[in-house]
Order: sequence, then structure tokens, then C-alpha cells
Amino acid sequence: MPIDTQDLLVTESVLEFKSRAINVSTLILFSPQLDDIQEKLQQKIAQAPDFFRNSPLLINLAYLLTHSQSIDITKLILLLRELEFLPIGVQGGSKSQHQIAIAAGVPVHTMPVKKITQPDSVQKPVIKKIEVKLITQPVRSGQRIYAQGDLIILAQVSAGAEVMAEGNIHIYASLRGRALAGVQGDISRRIFCADLQAELVSIAGNYRLNDSLDNSLSKQNVQVFLQDQALIIEAL
Amino acid sequence: MARIIVVTSGKGGVGKTTTSAAIAMGLALKGFKTAVIDFDVGLRNLDLIMGCERRVVYDFINVINGEATLNQALIKDKRCDKLYILPASQTRDKDALTKDGVEKVLTELKRDFEYILCDSPAGIERGANFAMYFADDAFVVTNPEVASVRDSDRMLGILASKSQRAETGQEPIKEFLLLSRYSPSRVKDGGMLSVDDVKEILSLPLLGVIPESKSVLEASNAGVPVILDEKSNAGAAYKDIVDRYLGEEVPHRFIKVKRGLFSGLFRSK
Ligand SMILES: Nc1ncnc2c1ncn2[C@@H]1O[C@H](COP(=O)(O)OP(=O)(O)OP(=O)(O)O)[C@@H](O)[C@H]1O
Ligand SMILES: [Mg+2]
Repeated sequence: MPIDTQDLLVTESVLEFKSRAINVSTLILFSPQLDDIQEKLQQKIAQAPDFFRNSPLLINLAYLLTHSQSIDITKLILLLRELEFLPIGVQGGSKSQHQIAIAAGVPVHTMPVKKITQPDSVQKPVIKKIEVKLITQPVRSGQRIYAQGDLIILAQVSAGAEVMAEGNIHIYASLRGRALAGVQGDISRRIFCADLQAELVSIAGNYRLNDSLDNSLSKQNVQVFLQDQALIIEAL
Repeated sequence: MARIIVVTSGKGGVGKTTTSAAIAMGLALKGFKTAVIDFDVGLRNLDLIMGCERRVVYDFINVINGEATLNQALIKDKRCDKLYILPASQTRDKDALTKDGVEKVLTELKRDFEYILCDSPAGIERGANFAMYFADDAFVVTNPEVASVRDSDRMLGILASKSQRAETGQEPIKEFLLLSRYSPSRVKDGGMLSVDDVKEILSLPLLGVIPESKSVLEASNAGVPVILDEKSNAGAAYKDIVDRYLGEEVPHRFIKVKRGLFSGLFRSK
């Protein structure tokens, strides 16, 4: 589907670093044989292709290092990428292995990630980038759109389609599918729509299903927002 | 430049093969060299409806596998020498189709033909995906009922995202709505969606409405594309569709209830 993504630059107060613990699969290697590794991984992928595709991976070399077995790091990383894994770190290897990994664009994770504290004195104004996703074609049944910022849709959203945004959602046509705004929990987000016939609307997890929607609101501009934890749908 | 048209729907049994046969014949009768390919591997329907089932020697899969040349497999229609049929295999399954194989055959056909119709199997899987992947235009055949409309909408999403044109960032496939098995009286009594409902739900340009007609089954039993039946409403609707597709302005027919005391008397042939 042709999707135009357009970045809007909005000047807001500060940039921030947050430290987050994330769950990542670790690939612990017990053999340096690339052929064997490839074969085993392919078996795993065959069992659950969608689960492994594009999944981030931490490569653990500790066993090989303690057993003095050397492995071609460059080829290993290439192999993983070919199999559609996304290696995001190595750990437990030798210094030279780590250097090779860095050269191949894979950082080293020697220890658990330390908390990055925010320097609280500096208050320089910086530009925060808010991504706005613009969709110009109909979102059809079975399709799903996710926006990290706001989502603007110029065509209809069909029944059986789902559009989600961490920010607001604007739909300048019929909404017959599902629309979920503020999906990361921001209760101040809203949905705007030119013809509300939705299967479901939701703001920050507070949702309303089609049977409880007011039919008299179809074919006109409406907004959906949260007020005192109640989902309000009103004509504009 | 040859144009590849996929006749598709998502839902099964809505009239794709009937439509493929009729429109292929219609384009050929207009003088365009036309090929129609049966992508429904394992079922083989098109050759029956075209009345050439006894002349099938080689099929689409044989050509893909290099077991026969395209010329050996193409069957020339007995009624119109501009029309050729590439039948599906009855003995293989859908896995015998490959994207490279399909591309090879289409590329070869494009050198020689002006229109290439791909009669898609039902569903949104492999076979249907191969039938639509290389298309320039899509005829989306829909019946006036919710399930069929929903499946067509799904298919439209796939056309817009998984076709070669979408994947290589070219101009998108041109999509047209063909509303088939339409019965104005059933719309009136609430048993069917109306033309306007379907147009609105799918937001697609309407290429034509084909009325529900007994002549379709009669024609397919006789192995004659219904467009050749002069007295059939459905045949006339397909003629209009071909004209509209070729750029003529033809008013839509068969969308209103005929006037009369007893609607039973006016049931279309
Ligand atoms: N306009 C019509 N009026 C009455 N019957 C019709 C009409 N169009 C198609 N049919 C009937 O509907 C049935 C299915 O038609 P057809 O084989 O063309 O559908 P299809 O979409 O190709 O099916 P499949 O998905 O199985 O390939 C046939 O019995 C055919 O005669
Ligand atoms: Mg068919």
C-alpha cells in the first residue's frame, strides 16, 4: 500500500534519554561451526517463521571463549542477518571478537545496561521530532496501520481494518473498522472522523464497540475523547 | 503494449470464471488479440465454460515446467480467431505454480497479445496471489452480499500492497468493480445490498452490474461464453462492460426493478 510518511518538526522543550530494560533473546553458541549453526537456526525458523523474522538477538560467545574455540564473527553476523534476525549485540567474547562485531555494526554488551541518568542542569531547547503518518489510500479489510505519532488518513478505513496510533487519529472519510488512539496510554489523545460507523473506537485502552455507538452520528464530523475516564463521542 | 487483467474476488463462486470467459470473448470480438489463463490449478473450469475441454493437450503447468511450448499449450477458440485459452492442469496442485514460472509465461504472452486475462482461483492465498501479482488492471467480481463484499475489500488490500506494481513503487493496479448476480427485486425486499451500498463500502468505480440470469448456467453447460447469447441480459451486461472498459460511455442497466404487475412475469431469462 502506498503510504506517505511525512515528518513534521515540532519544537518542544527537551530531548530525553530513558533507560529501559528490554527483553531480548540471547543466542548462546556451543559450536563455532557456521554450517551447524545455520542448520539449527533454519529448523527453529521453520517451526515459527513469524516469531523469528526480524527479531532482535544478543549473541553470547562466552562458552566458545572459555573453550578456546574461535569463530568467524563477520560471517556469523552475515548469516544471522541473512536469516532475517537482527543482531543487536555481542557479549562474552574476546576483545578482538568484540572489535570485529563493532566494525560490523553490532555493539558490545559487556554488562547489564547501566542506567543513563539525565543531566538535570542543562535545559537547552532542542527539536523533538514527532512523526506524523499520512495515509492516502483506503485501509482495506485485513490491513493494519500503526503510527508512533499522529495518524492522518484521507481515505476510508474498511470494516475488518485496524488503525492504531500512539498519538491522535484523523480520518477524513468513513471509519468502518477499528481505530485506537493513545495506544501507549496517553489519555489526552483523540480520534477525529468524518463518518463514524466504527466497529470499535478506543482511547488509551478505553473502548466502545459498534453496538453502543450512536447511529445518528454517522455522516458527520465527530470526535472521540476521554473525560473523567469516560469515552465521549460528540459531533463537531 | 499488452495489458494484464486479473479477474479476482476473494470469495469463491461469485462469477470470476464466467466473467473471464465473457470478457475475453468480448475483447477478442472487438478485434484485440486476447489470451485467457486459468489460474485455478487443480480444478480446471475455464476450458469447460469456453467449450474447449476436449482439445486440452498441454496446460499452464506444462509450459511453466518446460514440458511444452506456449504455442503447443494455447488453444485457439473455434468461434473467434483472436481468442486463445491457456488451460489449467487438472492433475497438479497449486504448488506447481511459481512466481518465476508465471512471469516467464506472461512475458512471452505480452509479446504477442494485446489483452491477457488471468482467471483467479478463490481465496487470498498462493494461487490468487500469483494471478494478481503481475496485473495492470483488476476486475473485482463481487456479489451483493456482505461476505462477498468483505472478501473483495480484503483482496483490494492485497492488490494495493502485494502486487508487483506495489512492491516496485509503480503506479498502482487500476481497480474496477463488477457487481455480479444482481437482482433488483431482492435488493428491494432487503435480501441484497444495493449497487450504491457496495460502491460506497468498497469506494471503487463501477464497471458494470451483471444481473442474476438463468442464461449463465445454460451458456456454461453448453460451453459458450454468455456474451455470445444475444438474448441474455447477462450477456448484454458483459458487452456493456467491455465497451466501458475500452473507454465508451455506456449507461448502467439492470439495476432497477422492472415495472409490471407480477414481477414473476418479468424474471430475466
Ligand atoms: N450472473 C449470473 N447469474 C446466475 N448465475 C451465475 C451468474 N454468474 C455466475 N453464475 C453461476 O455461479 C456459479 C459460479 O460461477 P463461476 O464459476 O463463474 O464463479 P467463480 O468465481 O469462478 O467460482 P470459483 O471461485 O469456484 O472459481 C456458476 O454455477 C455460474 O453458472
Ligand atoms: Mg472460477
